[in-house]
Amino acid sequence: MLKLLRIVILLWLCAATGAWAARPGDTAPAFAAVSLRDGKTVRLDDFRGQVVYLDFWASWCGPCRESFPLMESLRNELHAQGFEVLAVNLDAQRADALKFLSHQDVHFPVVAVQGDTVPERYGIASMPTAYIIDRKGIVRAVHASLRKDQVKEVRASIVELLQEGAK
Amino acid sequence: MRTGMTVCAVVVLLLLGGCMKSVKPWQRGDLARPEMAFDADPQASAQQDHTYVSKEAASGGPTLGGGGCGCN
Repeated sequence: MLKLLRIVILLWLCAATGAWAARPGDTAPAFAAVSLRDGKTVRLDDFRGQVVYLDFWASWCGPCRESFPLMESLRNELHAQGFEVLAVNLDAQRADALKFLSHQDVHFPVVAVQGDTVPERYGIASMPTAYIIDRKGIVRAVHASLRKDQVKEVRASIVELLQEGAK
Repeated sequence: MRTGMTVCAVVVLLLLGGCMKSVKPWQRGDLARPEMAFDADPQASAQQDHTYVSKEAASGGPTLGGGGCGCN
């Protein structure tokens, strides 16, 4: 009985402290989401073999607005080498996300997840949060948002991962 | 008996955990909605404050204690 209690307390502490959050070196938690463009189901596993910039965003978040054109430009440059951006919307109202997208000229997959499960599994502490995932599906870097002054650094880490997979 | 009390204590602690539910980062959009604003109409409220300060001569407006001539 006490052993069971210890397990329960440990699990509770893990949940309370975010110990399950995805960190560099962890396998990126798998999930399925609905495309905001055509309603089809998109899975993170569909991108296995590519370097993925997994971005969690919401329509009300200013830095998300700034990061979209930057992600598009990175994607345009590196897509042919095996790079993809997957933008995951966390808005409670889908209409808000669609309105945001109508002002963005981007071509990478944009999906939406409902509920807390996916963001909790990734341990998102702020909006936006992005995960750079290598070709094997391992999280290699986590950062808070993509700003103009960070593009060079982020690009370098993506290129490194692209080359790593090509060896 | 002792095990029973421990179980009760743990259950109570776990239930108390429900009292400290925080707003998740992705839920903040709900707080940003107009209907969640403390002040439903900021402009009307600013006008009311202005009238109040003018009539009462209370520095700081209605949210601070102050003087006032009491005249209208």
